[in-house]
Amino acid sequence: MLSRIAEGLFWIGRYMERAEDTARILDVHIHHLLEAPVTSEGQLCQSLLAIMGVEIRDSAPKELTARRVTEILAFDADNPSSIVSSLLAARANARGVSEAISSEMWEALNATYNALPAHLELGRRNVPYAFFRFVRDRAAMVAGLSESSMSRDDAWRFFVLGRSLERVDMLTRLLSSAVVGSDPEHGRDRQPDWAMLLRSFSAHEAFLRSYRREPEPVTAVEFLLLDRLFPRSVFWALSTAEDCLAELDPRLGRAGMPDESRRTLGHLRTNLEFRRVDDLLEDLPSVLVAVQKGCAAASAALAARYFRYTNPIEWSSEVVGVES
Amino acid sequence: MGDLFEGYTLARPYGRPAWDEMFEAEGIPRAATQMLHDALQALPPDEFEARCAARDRSFTDRGITFQLSGEERPFPLDLIPRIISANEWALVAAGVAQRVRALEALLSDLYGPGRILEDRVLPRRLVTSSAHFHRAAWGIEPPNGVRVHVAGIDVVRGGDGRFYVLEDNIRCPSGVSYVIENRRMMARIFPELFASHRVESVQGYPAKLLEALRASAPSAVADPTVVVMTPGVYNSAFFEHSFLARQMGVELVEGRDLVCRSGRVYMRTVDGEERVDVIYRRVDDDFLDPLHFRSDSIVGCPGVVNAARAGNVTIANAVGNGVADDKLTYTYMPDIIRYYLNEEPLLPNVATYRLEDPDQLAHVLDHLDELVLKPVAGSGGYGILIGPQATELQLAHARHQIATDPRSWTAQQLVALSTSPTRVGDRLAPRHLDLRPFAINDGKDIWVLPGGLTRVALPQGSLVVNSSQGGGSKDTWITVGSDPAPTGIHFATRSVSDADSPPREASERAVRPEAGPAWDERERHHQQQQQQQQQQQQRIRAC
Repeated sequence: MLSRIAEGLFWIGRYMERAEDTARILDVHIHHLLEAPVTSEGQLCQSLLAIMGVEIRDSAPKELTARRVTEILAFDADNPSSIVSSLLAARANARGVSEAISSEMWEALNATYNALPAHLELGRRNVPYAFFRFVRDRAAMVAGLSESSMSRDDAWRFFVLGRSLERVDMLTRLLSSAVVGSDPEHGRDRQPDWAMLLRSFSAHEAFLRSYRREPEPVTAVEFLLLDRLFPRSVFWALSTAEDCLAELDPRLGRAGMPDESRRTLGHLRTNLEFRRVDDLLEDLPSVLVAVQKGCAAASAALAARYFRYTNPIEWSSEVVGVES
Repeated sequence: MGDLFEGYTLARPYGRPAWDEMFEAEGIPRAATQMLHDALQALPPDEFEARCAARDRSFTDRGITFQLSGEERPFPLDLIPRIISANEWALVAAGVAQRVRALEALLSDLYGPGRILEDRVLPRRLVTSSAHFHRAAWGIEPPNGVRVHVAGIDVVRGGDGRFYVLEDNIRCPSGVSYVIENRRMMARIFPELFASHRVESVQGYPAKLLEALRASAPSAVADPTVVVMTPGVYNSAFFEHSFLARQMGVELVEGRDLVCRSGRVYMRTVDGEERVDVIYRRVDDDFLDPLHFRSDSIVGCPGVVNAARAGNVTIANAVGNGVADDKLTYTYMPDIIRYYLNEEPLLPNVATYRLEDPDQLAHVLDHLDELVLKPVAGSGGYGILIGPQATELQLAHARHQIATDPRSWTAQQLVALSTSPTRVGDRLAPRHLDLRPFAINDGKDIWVLPGGLTRVALPQGSLVVNSSQGGGSKDTWITVGSDPAPTGIHFATRSVSDADSPPREASERAVRPEAGPAWDERERHHQQQQQQQQQQQQRIRAC
């Protein structure tokens, strides 16, 4: 398969997951923010933006409101990581590789794009929930169609790789937001609402079935970081990415791990898997940052290895005497 | 509320009656279109509008759109199909195939011995002055002798009901994806029309194309790798490029995905570089290879022409084909057909004047207000002057232009293009049409796709059908068997083979799908209910 196509598929996976997870995170936090006392709203908004990696210069933290944050993270097409930008980018990538994905998948992405203006307007008119719901529904549709209409070949692997890496990244951001919310330095001591955080990643019911009691910090972190069976845990997403890489290039040397991205991901996974959960919890902020950085490194290594093609080159003719 | 045809009057462009594809006279449908006419007449106009809306939604969702002044619009398919009977079609198809054979012979001659120039059937001047004659293509002998892998020969029907060839397109003719998509759309939107007509299928095109491309591969290759080459997503025909790649199951490459090394072409894949044997390119000659043509092209791949010259890759359609579909070469086509094939042309040309001939030039200058003036190098309907529609000032300007540069212009007899009922507002009105049949040459055989792309000029009285000029399209039906099917009985007339085959044995019949626990539950539930009721009754009795 062409490197350009592989890269396109990788990014469709990433962008759709990003749109979906941002919608999930925002959904929970908007609720959270609305309940927060007015004094801390600006503070909380700023930390949410920081967690999502958005720098904001034009307004002081105190002026930040839930509405403004939603605008930036969900609707603003100028913010490259907003939900709208992610959906636009996913569709643009799909357009370039539309012969490599199934036509149903392309239609689902394209129909999302076509329906975007109407939903955007609805979302901006005070009903962000409806917009988040729309994004989650469309993401579920794309994921379902990919599941049922794509061969399990390299195209599929790159798509799943993108989705998995993005999922790890977004899960760590969600967990960071919980940690920051509970930090006593930020105003008052807020215990994060673990049930709500779990619910935002559709993990609450699965959690209850597995632990049979309401979440506590240790169990919630354990579930979201380390659960072996739940598909929205960091462990599960990392393992899936590793499996994809292994299938892309099954060759193993006699010793060590020659593939850079696979080594990085394996290192991250084992570092989580074989540590005691108390340790992890104690050290959580730096653990989460390490995972995020590791994912970025793995993504870069992947691009260097598989997405090698040139950008268009413009040729110029040398001026030869005989030519006019 | 009247029917869709209310107020439909036949068109008479510039006083000349046009051939209507549906009606032979006011209110009287032709034999081949009778059934279609009756079905449409029975359709309430609001039902028709609802189907138009369904069509637009579906095209938009599937991304089958085009840009018009910066806005994305659904592809303009008019829902009234154009019917051509199988008998008439047989002549068109034969004429198109003949044309392609002659064009192949011409190209092979021009890029080789040049017999036709020696014999003075075609003036040498015409070839050497053509912007599309490429010396870089001279001496490249295609592996199976094919240069015109795909051709789109534009034909029109005149007021006399005959088909004329208007233009040959043997560089990168586009539009075939719309033929296939239009048919799929029609089958979804108007299933009942297909039930009463036997329409030739157009689905076979991608398979035929792939076969022809594989057959054209360099002979040493056993299992050739075919790719479709596109200028990129911003090209107006990108949908078609992507469509064909998908339907053929081959890679869609851009110039930057390809790399040439020691006379061979490779594509950059995740497993490293992979050999490419056949490039079905939808990039114009000028942009194909910056080493030979425009050096500022960033959509081409440097070195592909040399690789083709070395016989390591096949470029389809071949480089330099433009010399043969030039508007001036067109005027010689009847002679070219006679020269190479020793046959009379099956489809006539539209009468065309060569302005380099002083007598013809004088005639044209005198009669400019009756003729159509076209730029030789132009395409897409740009720069066409239609005499009867032009103002005095435009005519004066045109006279000056052709007098100073006759090589750049041709003048054609005005053809009153045939019309067909087309949706305008909430009724049907006659609009002018042309037809682009597509032919595929695999080296052994020339296959003509039954039907082709019917383009329709939407503004009233307009004779320019190009989509860049606000044109629409229609599904083109080649219908077999003109005996009308008994009304009310659907499908039976279509699948003759099914009716002939003996009824299946009972043992062949598929078993019923298994039922899950929910089903059993219902049975048990029913039983439980009954027993409970019985017990109740017994208890009552016992009391």
